Amino acid sequence: MRETELAIVGAGPAGLSAAIEAASAGVRVTLVDENQRPGGQLFKQIHKFFGSKEHYASVRGFDIGTKLLSEVEKQGVEVMLDSVVWGIFGTHVLGIIHDQKNTYLRAQKVLLATGAIENALAFPGWTLPGVMGAGAIQTLINIDRVLPGKKAIMIGSGNVGLIVSYQLLQAGAQVIAVVEAAPKIGGYGVHASKLRRNGVPILTSTTVKEAKGKEKVEKAVLVALDQNWNQIPGTESEYEVDMICLAVGLSPLSELAWMAGCQFEYIPELGGHVPIHDLNMQTTVPGIYVAGDLAGIEEASTAMEEGKLAGIAIAEALGYLSPEEAKIKKEAVSRRLDSFRKGPFGKAVRKAKARLQRRGEVQ
Amino acid sequence: MRIKEHPILGKLEKEPTVEIEVDGEVIRAIPGEPIAAALLAAGKNVFRYTRKLHEPRSVFCAIGRCTDCMMIVDGVPNVRTCVTPVRAGMKIQTQHGLGEFKERTQ
Repeated sequence: MRETELAIVGAGPAGLSAAIEAASAGVRVTLVDENQRPGGQLFKQIHKFFGSKEHYASVRGFDIGTKLLSEVEKQGVEVMLDSVVWGIFGTHVLGIIHDQKNTYLRAQKVLLATGAIENALAFPGWTLPGVMGAGAIQTLINIDRVLPGKKAIMIGSGNVGLIVSYQLLQAGAQVIAVVEAAPKIGGYGVHASKLRRNGVPILTSTTVKEAKGKEKVEKAVLVALDQNWNQIPGTESEYEVDMICLAVGLSPLSELAWMAGCQFEYIPELGGHVPIHDLNMQTTVPGIYVAGDLAGIEEASTAMEEGKLAGIAIAEALGYLSPEEAKIKKEAVSRRLDSFRKGPFGKAVRKAKARLQRRGEVQ
Repeated sequence: MRIKEHPILGKLEKEPTVEIEVDGEVIRAIPGEPIAAALLAAGKNVFRYTRKLHEPRSVFCAIGRCTDCMMIVDGVPNVRTCVTPVRAGMKIQTQHGLGEFKERTQ
């Protein structure tokens, strides 16, 4: 059986950052990803990132991805692409399928950085071609450079909904409206303003009632909501669209963490069931760590910091960093994470995360 | 529709240099792009029909998780077209129902 010191599942922002941190301390790292290319969702992020300079502020997502990849290569990390991790067993054997063949990899430590999946929203007609995830449309327009329609309605005004709506405009589509069930816009004002300046209305207290069409979406029916989220009859309006994009949140991709026996807690602010972890990002199963969206839905910026934290902690646990060296490095990362979560949007996440990690520290 | 000009990403440099066959019709595709991208660029909306109600399905997640975009590729059913790269000469068929695996003959 092949062996390694640290196996990382998922080569997105968290996995790549962890790989760089651990490998630069001397850890032998194997990074496994099911996709044809590494980078996770970074390469479809064509907008500039927020935060301070340390968070790659005002650098575009794909440029961050390129930087991380070149660093991973420089550090001599072994990267297995097109490789699906289908199981995790005992003390840290991963079952991996590549090219229709199965192999096993034994690791002293495992970092799960599997990311998230978009939530769906069920309404009559939601299975019609043309109804898709906002992340799906982002992949199609920004990576594949294919626009699968002309007129879109975006459901959800969180940052994903706002950013992808703007990217649809950049791709040459028309965005009829952004629809938000809550009475307030969910995402940053900067993103909302950019849309409004381009004449895209953001309809709050509104939702999609139905998608109409035969072989694909032809119309979207919107309806207003009262304070109790009930549809107000008589307020329906129809729009001719061929794309309905769903930006209604993400859920952690937690199958491997469940399989490994990690304990979970249900925390809505973090996207649902999240593995309990300590300040080193270690789960309740010794030797298994989590980082990024799996450890609670946030952003690429925080995923990278959590990845670093896990990478440092694992290097320390394997004896490549002294406790003193690790402490200094971890403190620097924690400071950056705290400052990122300080804003009004980070408050709920910060509280939820603290609750989760308190439980992790007790275990 | 292919996005040939983009304010951030610039000019589309890759060209559709290969041919693939979709339900008997030949379309041009960019080698290495996901099959789903080539089909959507060619204006094909329905990738499969469901088993019981024969409802149309297409791309939903585009990252290989939801399996809504499965088609028959070179005789193999249930291929996730959003994560399977185009190769010249591929034969792609709309899938009806669950698909059947033919016995492999070598």
